Amino acid sequence: MNITRRQMLILLPAAAVAWESVLAGTPESSPNYKMTEHWWSMLIDISKCIGCGNCVRACQAENDIPDGFFRTWVERYHVTDWNLENPEVISPDGGKEGFPSVTEDQNGKYFFVPKLCNHCADSPCTQVCPVGATFISPDGVVLVDQKYCLGCAYCVQACPYGCRYIHPQKKVADKCTLCYHRITKGLTTACCEACPTGARQLADLKNPKDPIHEFLRTHNVQILKPQMATGAKVFYNDLDGSVR
Amino acid sequence: MMTGVEGYMYPNEITLYWSVLIVLYPYITGLVAGAFILASLERVFRVDAVKPTYRLALLTALAFLVVAPLPLQLHLGHPERSYEMYFTPHRTSAMAMFGFVYLWYLMAVLTVEIWLDYRRDIVVMSQSSTGLKRWIYRVLTLGSSNISERALAIDERVGWLITLVGIPSAFLLHGYVGFIFGSIKANPWWSSPLMPVVFIFSAMVSGIAAVMLLYMLIMRLRREKIDMLCVDTIARYLFYMFIIDFSLEMLDLIHRIYEADESFRTLNFMVHTKLYFSQIVLQIFVGTLTPILLLALTQVLKFPEIVRKRMYSVAGCLTLIGIFAMRWNVVIGGQLFSKSFLGYTTYKMALATREGLLMSIALTLLPLFILWVLVKLLPPWPERVQGAFPAETPTQ
Amino acid sequence: MSVFKDSGHLFRLAALYAAGTLTFLGIRGLFVPHSFGQYGHYRGAAITEIAAHPVHFAGHQTCETCHTDVQQIKKSGMHAQVNCEACHGPLAKHADDPASAQPAKLDTAVLCVRCHAASAARPKNFPQVAAVDHSNGVPCETCHQPHSPAIGTGGVK
Repeated sequence: MNITRRQMLILLPAAAVAWESVLAGTPESSPNYKMTEHWWSMLIDISKCIGCGNCVRACQAENDIPDGFFRTWVERYHVTDWNLENPEVISPDGGKEGFPSVTEDQNGKYFFVPKLCNHCADSPCTQVCPVGATFISPDGVVLVDQKYCLGCAYCVQACPYGCRYIHPQKKVADKCTLCYHRITKGLTTACCEACPTGARQLADLKNPKDPIHEFLRTHNVQILKPQMATGAKVFYNDLDGSVR
Repeated sequence: MMTGVEGYMYPNEITLYWSVLIVLYPYITGLVAGAFILASLERVFRVDAVKPTYRLALLTALAFLVVAPLPLQLHLGHPERSYEMYFTPHRTSAMAMFGFVYLWYLMAVLTVEIWLDYRRDIVVMSQSSTGLKRWIYRVLTLGSSNISERALAIDERVGWLITLVGIPSAFLLHGYVGFIFGSIKANPWWSSPLMPVVFIFSAMVSGIAAVMLLYMLIMRLRREKIDMLCVDTIARYLFYMFIIDFSLEMLDLIHRIYEADESFRTLNFMVHTKLYFSQIVLQIFVGTLTPILLLALTQVLKFPEIVRKRMYSVAGCLTLIGIFAMRWNVVIGGQLFSKSFLGYTTYKMALATREGLLMSIALTLLPLFILWVLVKLLPPWPERVQGAFPAETPTQ
Repeated sequence: MSVFKDSGHLFRLAALYAAGTLTFLGIRGLFVPHSFGQYGHYRGAAITEIAAHPVHFAGHQTCETCHTDVQQIKKSGMHAQVNCEACHGPLAKHADDPASAQPAKLDTAVLCVRCHAASAARPKNFPQVAAVDHSNGVPCETCHQPHSPAIGTGGVK
């Protein structure tokens, strides 16, 4: 397999041209993307997550995340019997290197919960930003304008899910962008791309052909902390009641 | 595991972002609001006994108000961008709106009230003083040296009106600080409609105590006689305010204990461990119950003057410590537990950093220094005014 | 009109404040970014700036435009749904210019157990083995071809 980009252009012009625009990274090069035609969300299937940490590593590779902070992370829950209110949760280094093996617990269960920004439609973080440095984009992604952010950390306090942090070098709020630079070019997010089991699926709620609609109709799906009424758009299948 | 972490924190929660500087910020604004309310006692509610502290209270409020935004500014990741708060304020953000409430209070209320009250002195001093001072006073006159009876009568009336507007403004100023915390639904330790009210009353308590202490201290430094009627009256108001403040805080506490919602076990555990000293010991016993008891004794029993002075001093100092502890418990306590309610982190105060201990000590002393300059420039007590104008503002 | 005369200083103050407010509004006009308010209360240009971040994961569609042989092997096997970069790592640079960046050699001893080491925390129906008992130190790829891991379904590499 020794093929240059030029040869590839000859072989598959359409795909290659699309790829060109991806690499160029300029908005003009993805002219077919219209913000008003999308409303992004994500589907996470707990019953498929194996806790390998691929998503966490992929996120860090794609987005250059500082050590010790996470745009996405994986938690392992251990719930004994009916004791839903006291789960034992771990997330060593955000689950980046996976989790220690455990043996069967006759009195309880183990499962993994991947977490990321819920890209809430009524996000409390954007509500409190004093200057409009964080916002929900017309296509439903909560973003941070790092050239405008003061670094006051009010949004960090306001997020019920712990999805935000202050970047230790840039001194501005940082969080999951739902790989906005990818999804606007027709790619999926880095975490979804790297997930080996399809436990994470990027979904476009405005696209009637997106398989998420069928999935939501036929499964018992939940969002995290529904009592917060944030309009969270990360949907969890098979979520245990102990998860918070 | 991470040092200082017990149980489970979401990984991004381990670092605490609102440091001791954010503790200072509501503490300082509280002193402003409280001092102003004390000043307005004399002006609007005609409590003549507290008159000796009227001007001191205003200057204290100004000195602390000027410093109030500094801790916020220093804690920002990008202080150079803070102008955005005024240029593109976000309407739904309590913090952005606070910027305007602050500006309103500083420019429209406090500065104007002080200016009107001192205008006669300023005009007189612009003529009697020399050198740099003369220039400062001349600028402060805004080029008008009209201190006719009529002009002063107008000043008096406008000043009264501004004080009247100032009382709700002072409430707004500090209530808003409470709202900044109380409106965060993600944080059960903060989220409470009582938060702004508790903040207002604790502000009055701390501000009144601070002015009382400053008055006694300055009188002592000036080797002048303390007006005991004045101090007794202030102490009485301090006592009343404290009772209301304590009742509200207990109401909040009892409500939380009785409701025992999903966050209760976590918060309860926190109060009994990480916050035990600052909440139970410092805030409640040392900083609230003891001063209330001392003040109550002075109300019930007749002590000689010297004993009352001592008791007021002790009660005042303990009050300031207690209110500081209260701010600490709100700000730091609210970040010690995980929003998953499964664990706790630790706050380690730095020493010599931008958000460290030394900086916060400097910021606490700075308003006292500013107050010293203000007192030099605008003497609150008439006998020191060169040109010896009578103290009383003319009555209509 | 001595009322006006005697409140002249108040008008001076009002004028000072008015001047201050005008100055503020003037400076504000200079400082607010052009695209602010384009879509909402934020800098519209921020969206395009974020969209312009560099891509590191090329995406399996891109890989498959060249590596059709691997795609053939993969598509009928158990790893059909596992994307290339899930194991090989981000390779957008390689996709752009294959000569400039080569995928790193993978160590199956690390890679396979990440997903397949037995743990009660994993879904029951997911294939998992206790590595030591299962192969006694023999490398995974001796028996399993990673692109189509069921034994006997794929050729060597």
